[in-house]
Amino acid sequence: MAVLKMQRISICALKKDRKAILEKLQSLGVLEVAPVIDGEDEYFRKMDTAGQRSGFERAAASADQALEILERYVPEEKSMFAALEGKFLIEPVKEQQVREKRRELLKTAKEVYDLDREHAEQLAAVIRMRNSIEGLTPWLGLGVPLKPSETKRAVMFPGTMPGGTTLETVYEVLAEKAPDAECVDVQIISSEQSMTYLAVICLREDARDVEDALRSAGFARPAQTWDQAPAEEKKELEQQIEACREETAKIEKRLAELSEQREELKIVADYYRVRADKYMVLGSLPQSERTFVLSGYIPQCEASHVEKYLTERYDCMVDIEELKEDEEPPVILKNNPFSMNMEGIVESYGLPHKGELDPTTIMSFFYVFFFGMMLSDAAYGAIVSIVCGVLVWKFPRMSAGMKKSLKLFFYCGLSTLVWGILFGGYFGNIVDIVSEKFFGTAVSVPALWFIPLNDPMKLLVFSLLFGVIHLFTGLGIKGYLCLKDGKVTDFFCDVVLWFMLLAGLILMLLPSDIFASIAQTQIVFPGWLNTLAAILAAAGAIGIVLMSGRSSKNPALRIALGAYDLYNITGWLSDVLSYSRLLALGLATGVIASVINQMGSMLPNNVVGVIFFIVIFIVGHALNLAINLLGAYVHTNRLQFVEFFGKFYEGGGRPFTPFKENTKYADVKEETIS
Amino acid sequence: MNIAGELGIVYALLGAAVAVLFAGSGSAIGVGIAGQAASGVVTEDPSKFAKVLIIQLLPGTQGLYGLLVGFITLSKIGILGGGVADISVSTGLLILAACLPIGIVGLLSGIAQGKTAAAAIGIVAKKPDQFGKAMLFPAMVETYAILALLISFLAVNGIQV
Repeated sequence: MAVLKMQRISICALKKDRKAILEKLQSLGVLEVAPVIDGEDEYFRKMDTAGQRSGFERAAASADQALEILERYVPEEKSMFAALEGKFLIEPVKEQQVREKRRELLKTAKEVYDLDREHAEQLAAVIRMRNSIEGLTPWLGLGVPLKPSETKRAVMFPGTMPGGTTLETVYEVLAEKAPDAECVDVQIISSEQSMTYLAVICLREDARDVEDALRSAGFARPAQTWDQAPAEEKKELEQQIEACREETAKIEKRLAELSEQREELKIVADYYRVRADKYMVLGSLPQSERTFVLSGYIPQCEASHVEKYLTERYDCMVDIEELKEDEEPPVILKNNPFSMNMEGIVESYGLPHKGELDPTTIMSFFYVFFFGMMLSDAAYGAIVSIVCGVLVWKFPRMSAGMKKSLKLFFYCGLSTLVWGILFGGYFGNIVDIVSEKFFGTAVSVPALWFIPLNDPMKLLVFSLLFGVIHLFTGLGIKGYLCLKDGKVTDFFCDVVLWFMLLAGLILMLLPSDIFASIAQTQIVFPGWLNTLAAILAAAGAIGIVLMSGRSSKNPALRIALGAYDLYNITGWLSDVLSYSRLLALGLATGVIASVINQMGSMLPNNVVGVIFFIVIFIVGHALNLAINLLGAYVHTNRLQFVEFFGKFYEGGGRPFTPFKENTKYADVKEETIS
Repeated sequence: MNIAGELGIVYALLGAAVAVLFAGSGSAIGVGIAGQAASGVVTEDPSKFAKVLIIQLLPGTQGLYGLLVGFITLSKIGILGGGVADISVSTGLLILAACLPIGIVGLLSGIAQGKTAAAAIGIVAKKPDQFGKAMLFPAMVETYAILALLISFLAVNGIQV
């Protein structure tokens, strides 16, 4: 339950140690760079590293791109859970080797890129040639090159005419439109439904008339001409396609060879990424002729280690100081091993801003408690816990965020298991159904506490009770924060008065008839308690009316503001009622599970029936689990964010983003920390 | 069984039908609206599939609540367990009235939640890291479906047959 205390660290060292110090800090990853002095003066200048940085970024990008291309040609074998595996771990020696051959590797990346382009071009050529072959196919019967040609006396020209044209119709057209032309020979090469392909031979002097005559009947010369006979052209094109195929096969083979360097490419991509980061920091450092200054935030617990390490090894000044009043430091949360898994939930709402307390620890218990209550099925809880537990255990190198989420669900599953046993829910009512269907007598597992379906009002009362406890805890934290900041008036007016009012109202409600009809038991308080309740409520209400508007000088306005604040009582009412979702969602899980079981039990009691029963059971419960898990998660979050945080927490802190090795694929095994 | 008695069971069954029908339609429309937005996001960036799918599912719960009330009603009037209970007209109408909240609120909140979910999918499209917050907006709408479910459930449960 803490926000780590930050300090400012300033390091002034010699330029000759610059590389070593920066690299060490980067590998430690405990410092967020935040310059104290901005801008340059006559002694301190900043280095322009933009050029080198973008060079490194380009190198990293080209390695990434090469990896992407390799993945396309030679997909890496991945298990279903690849996303959980996280980054792989390499020995420092290996990293060193890769670093030495980084230029070669970049050449490899370039080669991969070029090969990919070449491959695409070859494929495009193949498609182009295929189209040509298609265009040539109808002309295959033509024994001469597909282009107009002539001899001393005669000309030949190929062309197409509309489908359905026959020799007779061609000659008819010629006789009609070009009666003077003699010795015209027309050959139909092939004919299709929509097109007739023909070659026309005629005397040189008639060529024009003949063509004009044919054109009037739809004759057109082919769009493309060829220097060889179509059959030969086709053969040649096929050979070329074959050559292209061989070429692409070669490229693919080469890429498969190169894919063996995949791991090294990954390492080199990370290497350049890390280096680009380093140069970004380097560019932000003020440097004099011989020295440089680095300043930033560091968690207090790490500060002395870093100081000791640096001063022992290098000639440098390390200065650690407390933060100034107006500084807004970045935030890291630190919690016990159980609660730290809920940090992600707090983060998604917003990290605590300066002076606020980290609500994670308190929230974590309520979170798990409410989650279990909403899902409330022992079997579902066990499944969730086992699945998450096995995944965390099997993939130790998964990313930290993923691990936290899975562990969160592991604990929520345990809580669900407990609530399920309390409420007697195991896949809804599967025990009853199966025992009745297959063994003839209904056996039911008794609930440890009670079955919500039989007594929903009881659970409703308990849900609201848990809600009141949750909300009062939130109000209590607000009070604690007020006291911590020494705001005693605020503590009294905004917290104590509300506590009085609400406690009084609750105590007045308990013995009333309305409550009796809900809880089905009449609570009778002794007379003094009733009087006390009335006094508490009245005093609280009057106090709120008088004090809430205390920031306003105008007495009338002050009372008006106070009265308006009293109106917040409706807000409290809606907050408490909001906890009825604990009951509703719990019922939803149980009843829908029963519906699934019921559906299964309607089947006949034979082999086919049993098989279908099992299918319905698996599919139905998987769906029910999925949708209710989602519901429980979303609504538990809502209860924390809206009802609980609404009482005391604002958020809006800035996350700590240390200068570290931001790798994508591989982590280098830590060298022994010296 | 006389005519009046038969009408009683008809009204009760109508109640179950209202709960399932309207709440289910609301969810179907809601999930449909959200699905259109989700498809758009996946066209641009298939890696966001899981996230947008989860948000798309959020308006689907009203249908389940309707189913829940419908199921409770059916087992209450004995249609599920065999022997149909002898239900008077007034009891039948009571059950019908009890089913109205989840039916009507389920329909309207399902549609509204669908629209909110579509907008939340927009958040995921532009800022995938804000998934946690995006998921909460549709959940706010659902509160009212839950309240309606509670009243319907408690009412059906409380009617003596």
